[in-house]
Amino acid sequence: MSGAALAPAALAKTRAPAESGALRAAVPRLVLGLYILFLLVPIYWLVNMSLKTNLEINSGMTLWPQNPTLEHYRRIFTDASWYSGYINSLTYVALNTVISLAVALPAAYAFSRYRFLGDKHLFFWLLSNRMAPPAVFALPFFQLYSAVGLFDTPWAVALAHCLFNIPLAVWILEGFMSGVPREIDEMAAIDGWSFPAFFIRHFLPLVAGGVGVAAFFCFMFSWVELLLARTLTTVNAKPIVATMTRTVSAAGMDWGLLAAAGVLTIIPGAIVIWFVRNHIARGFALGRV
Amino acid sequence: MSKPLDNRAWFLVLPVVALVAFSALIPVMTVVNYSVQDSFGNNEFFWNGTGWFKELLDPSTDLGGRFFDALWRTLLFSALCLLIEVPLGIGVALTLPRKGWGVAASLVLLALPLLIPWNVVGTIWQVFARRDIGLLGAAVNGLGIEYNYAQTPLAAWVTVVAMDVWHWTSLVVLLCYAGLRAIPDAYYQAAKVDGASSWAVFRAIQLPKMQRVLTIAILLRFMDSFMIYTEPFVVTGGGPGNATTFLSIDLVKIALGQFDLGKAAAMSIVYNLIVLTVCWVFFATTTRSQSEAVQ
Repeated sequence: MSGAALAPAALAKTRAPAESGALRAAVPRLVLGLYILFLLVPIYWLVNMSLKTNLEINSGMTLWPQNPTLEHYRRIFTDASWYSGYINSLTYVALNTVISLAVALPAAYAFSRYRFLGDKHLFFWLLSNRMAPPAVFALPFFQLYSAVGLFDTPWAVALAHCLFNIPLAVWILEGFMSGVPREIDEMAAIDGWSFPAFFIRHFLPLVAGGVGVAAFFCFMFSWVELLLARTLTTVNAKPIVATMTRTVSAAGMDWGLLAAAGVLTIIPGAIVIWFVRNHIARGFALGRV
Repeated sequence: MSKPLDNRAWFLVLPVVALVAFSALIPVMTVVNYSVQDSFGNNEFFWNGTGWFKELLDPSTDLGGRFFDALWRTLLFSALCLLIEVPLGIGVALTLPRKGWGVAASLVLLALPLLIPWNVVGTIWQVFARRDIGLLGAAVNGLGIEYNYAQTPLAAWVTVVAMDVWHWTSLVVLLCYAGLRAIPDAYYQAAKVDGASSWAVFRAIQLPKMQRVLTIAILLRFMDSFMIYTEPFVVTGGGPGNATTFLSIDLVKIALGQFDLGKAAAMSIVYNLIVLTVCWVFFATTTRSQSEAVQ
């Protein structure tokens, strides 16, 4: 009698923790799902708007395009004043990434392997440039690059972005390089490798992940910046981000076109993230975990 | 493991020094030069000594009042961003799966807002929050709450802060996740054997292990929110009135809008020094407490 009465109670007791365990496992997923939803809804709204006609945008609220149209995209890809903006932006971003990495690699090696006169001060001075508000530099840069004849070229923007990308690249690469044991350098020296040959053929492959992450960050901060890119260009090197702001103020609100241009600026970033997805977590900790 | 002393290492850092000096020193000298002069146009300059600085740091003057208003607004904005983004970022990082296909997918989706050009972030929130064509604006107004970021300062602030949370919390998440991943499984197993609650695991294992990355996260978020320009400029243009005119926006107005070089330069220098000081103090105190914790 008592055993039969006990059995359901015992059963309930063992089931309860299992259920609360499942619940406990579901809560994080729910939180994460809600957060990602919060990230994606505004982006969805932009995509939604880019596929609508301006008539539909202005005539009322629709959750998805009733008459989907690629008209806005067609205009961007056929109008040189639009698509050249993307080419200009990608040009200075690529230039900046190459310059930043080329000079940051040897410097990061020096910081990770040697002590030298003034190294700590130099490192802090480099990083302090990352803390300078771009607004402070807008006017002097305008005058500097006008004076040296680089104004309105991709070089001006690429060099200006070096101000905050080189310190960041040095910082990230130094973190990754310090994770490579120094014995490797010593072994190579004993084996008779010259420094440049050792650096390129043996050392670089070891920090390839770090180089990828540093390139990712250079790409990212150069691609998203507007203030300096807009200040240093007028016509020939006008980046897409500036094209967007100027069209808004001049031609009234062409929401559909603006949204389509915005969607197209998200795509290069999304592609780059996909390539570095496996290094991204470590890279965001600047190699210091 | 001390590094060998070798001054030839300077040759390796020389290119960096040359490039950054070109981009940093010349502009800084230009700014310092302007900050002590007054210009009446036509490239005529007059010595003004510390005049601009005195005016700037005296809240009773026109320029000083404007500067301090913008400064408090920017500090409030940075404080709100940090207060929301850091706890939220830690929370979301704790929910991320540790292995499986979900990891890469979540990371890619989380990182997406970070790679959107800043003015496009502004545009996204503009079309999202407008009451006539935006999903958020229409929904909030549909609930009977008066919401128009172009008219009421409170709505403008809510929009700008929400936008920053949307844009940058992922950075905190990714940094914290990197810190969490570095914790060996043995720690969790030991905690399980001890029957530790998840709060105890968080306090004793996860939070200390995240301290270094959290330092980086807080530093980066402070710097970038304190220097914010593009996103609020696109969404609110600094308005309504001056409600969201942060320091950068005000500075660009003075420098490139009014071409008031002396005032703008003096403001640039004070602005830059504030960022540097706050970062240095924060960095010095956290690294000291960390090295004490190690000992």
